Amino acid sequence: MKIIVCVKRVVDYNIKVRPKADNSGVDIASVKMSMNPFDEIAVEAAVRLKEAGQASEVVAVSMGVAQCQDTLRSALAMGADRALLVETDAELQPLAVAKLAKSIAEREQADLVLLGKQAIDDDCNQTGQMLAALLGCGQASFACDLQVDEDGLTVSREIDGGVQSVRLKLPAVVTTDLRLNEPRYVKLPNIMKAKKKPLERLSPEELNVDVSPRLTLLRASEPPRRQAGIKVADAAELVAKLRNEAKVI
Amino acid sequence: MTTYSAPTRDMRFVIEELAGLGQINALPQYEDASLDLVDAVLEEAARLAGEVLAPLNKTGDLEGARIVDGEVKAVTGFADAYRQFVDGGWNGIAFSPEHDGQGLPALVGTAVQEMWQSANMAFALCPMLTQGAIEAVEAHGSEAIRQTYLARMVSGEWTGTMNLTEPQAGSDLSAVRSRAIPEGDHYLVSGQKIFITWGDHDVAENIVHLVLARLPDAPEGTRGISLFIVPKYLPGDDGSLGALNDVRPVSLEHKLGIHASPTCVMSFGDNGGAVGYLLGEANKGLACMFTMMNHARLTVGLQGLAIADRAYQQARGYARDRVQGGAPGEEGRVAIIRHPDVRRMLMQMRAYVEAMRSVAYVTAAHMDLAHASEDPAVCARHQARVDLLTPVVKGWCTEIAQEITSLGVQIHGGMGYVEETGAAQHFRDARITTIYEGTTGIQAMDLAGRKVLRDGGEAARALIVDMRETLEELQSQSELPAALAPALKASVDALDTAVEWLVKQGPKDPEVAGAVAVNLMMLTGTALGTWQIARGAMIASRQLAAGVGDSDFLQAKIITARFYAEQISPRCEAHLYAVLSGSEATMALADEQF
Repeated sequence: MKIIVCVKRVVDYNIKVRPKADNSGVDIASVKMSMNPFDEIAVEAAVRLKEAGQASEVVAVSMGVAQCQDTLRSALAMGADRALLVETDAELQPLAVAKLAKSIAEREQADLVLLGKQAIDDDCNQTGQMLAALLGCGQASFACDLQVDEDGLTVSREIDGGVQSVRLKLPAVVTTDLRLNEPRYVKLPNIMKAKKKPLERLSPEELNVDVSPRLTLLRASEPPRRQAGIKVADAAELVAKLRNEAKVI
Repeated sequence: MTTYSAPTRDMRFVIEELAGLGQINALPQYEDASLDLVDAVLEEAARLAGEVLAPLNKTGDLEGARIVDGEVKAVTGFADAYRQFVDGGWNGIAFSPEHDGQGLPALVGTAVQEMWQSANMAFALCPMLTQGAIEAVEAHGSEAIRQTYLARMVSGEWTGTMNLTEPQAGSDLSAVRSRAIPEGDHYLVSGQKIFITWGDHDVAENIVHLVLARLPDAPEGTRGISLFIVPKYLPGDDGSLGALNDVRPVSLEHKLGIHASPTCVMSFGDNGGAVGYLLGEANKGLACMFTMMNHARLTVGLQGLAIADRAYQQARGYARDRVQGGAPGEEGRVAIIRHPDVRRMLMQMRAYVEAMRSVAYVTAAHMDLAHASEDPAVCARHQARVDLLTPVVKGWCTEIAQEITSLGVQIHGGMGYVEETGAAQHFRDARITTIYEGTTGIQAMDLAGRKVLRDGGEAARALIVDMRETLEELQSQSELPAALAPALKASVDALDTAVEWLVKQGPKDPEVAGAVAVNLMMLTGTALGTWQIARGAMIASRQLAAGVGDSDFLQAKIITARFYAEQISPRCEAHLYAVLSGSEATMALADEQF
């Protein structure tokens, strides 16, 4: 089984982001960037399958600016065998990413595509689902458990009411949730070795994918500041306020 | 209690801009150490330090190492953490690939070491001692000993110790009494050693003791001391563990701090003699031990920086949270970080931490250049700088750590004196750093005697020339805070005056060097701090002008440099005044008058 795992370079989860002064977007110039934590879980899952002898190869894929190479090196240090970067300075939206991923999945003849359920920057939660639709294959999003057997996969998914188990045939797309695993501490020798693993660079044009954005960002601004609350004397006053002032009941 | 978050951004700035990673990376031996690789290494080390080691720091303090049925039990969680540390390959970061090390520059090893020491000093002492022991075995071990021990010590599977001190032989090792009697291909070692850090434990499978002892026909004093390697379990030729050697921990010391680091009284040869092997030449043990000591001294200096940064992070967190009193122009009560005096303390901590980091890392970079440059003259020049700076990094950083960890307690007010907040632990843990691996007085004497007087001030003058070069550059940059150039000028002038005075007075009066040495050392450290922080400000200002880098960080760097120049650099002149006062008042009282 050959696995492709998609990793996105995002603003580090420790950073408190700010909108740009002209509200044209979020200021990410010279902010610390790292691998999307959900994608880290996807890489961990892929590497564990490889270590268990259930996967033959793990290929890490990223899309975006040249610095995405650092993110790919992290995936290689965790245990991916090689990496592919679709390099572009263009803004990439989920549909474009899904199209690029489709093209790579077909090119690589991947049996399984693993990716985080969403990225912590735009929180779109769309790419995996779009990719499965484009590939016309099965999908299991929000995976919290993943078992491989001869006929395919059994995936447990976190849903509102609890956990749902689904069976999938390969090829398939699985998006990973927080509780699937805990990514490993990377060993120093593996960080060194990652530098020597192959990393191939492609362009969207080579893959014949039009990545032009379909959505327009109108404005990015700080959320409104929360107003101070008030104390009510009793339940009756609370109900009255909810009914007459907040008009929610 | 706050957690520890490794200051990777400042570390990166110092590594790249001040210590000159590019120059080191250009050497064939360090061609792997590119900036992006170093970045990845720092990030991963920061994770292990913050998530695995730091949470055990308080547990370790509360629980402490124990001795049970004649064996030392490490604190709960330490064995697992140590396994992760070893599995991660971190112990071998700066050792030669020939022995399965990763062969990264000492500069990178130093930054990573800072993280371990900040996260958990008591834990980090164990690998620190192993690393010193590796250097001694690498430099002085026979081929057979190197084969048996090195790879396992580099990986960290076996840990190392340093057995010097005996009850009557502390700073003065000439009084060592432990004995080694030749028997066949080995020696039988007997005697008692005290203050043996991580002398026994259950976190690794074997412990390699390096022991100072005397041969039967050895002359008195330091010229009759030899160094022996004495393993806890005797290894076979294939490295498999054999019989338990005749060495055991007798008891543990009850200490002010670093409770999780077992400080053992070790007994060798209670049942006839511990099997040991000579390391290096007979009667030259002290010189061999110094290979280990010099490494350890720099690392202890780094501990001073590391514990100071941990205390700063802790105090900063508290100052942001703790609400007390009002501040001009603000409604209601405010977090104490709004109060000018609390800010002064935080700035003092921050400025010293940045200065110490710069000085320590620059020293590490000189080590790499001394080690791997091609031209022997270049190597020698860098080695002279390392020799000069080693006692300063050790002495100055650890003394300043006392002040910084004390300020950390102060910012917490009454709660700082209460153990619960964790501020007191850093203060207690820091206290040992000015004592072990040579006290502040010993470091200062090393600087004044061996490093300044012995070469007639030559190495110090070369340093002063370099500092003046920066000063010229600084004076031509107008956009920097006005305080910087005069502060650097005053710092260099003070150092210059002190060195020339000592070179002249030292040979005339045998007591003068000892009496003024600590002030000379503190002056040197403070002046080096001014120098590096000024260099940092210049680079930050250039980056800001070019629009590269994180502007918040760069602006803070410049402001911090200004604070150092205005409020810390002036200490140079105070130290100079003390130096120039000489030894008269220090030596005048009769012993009974004290």
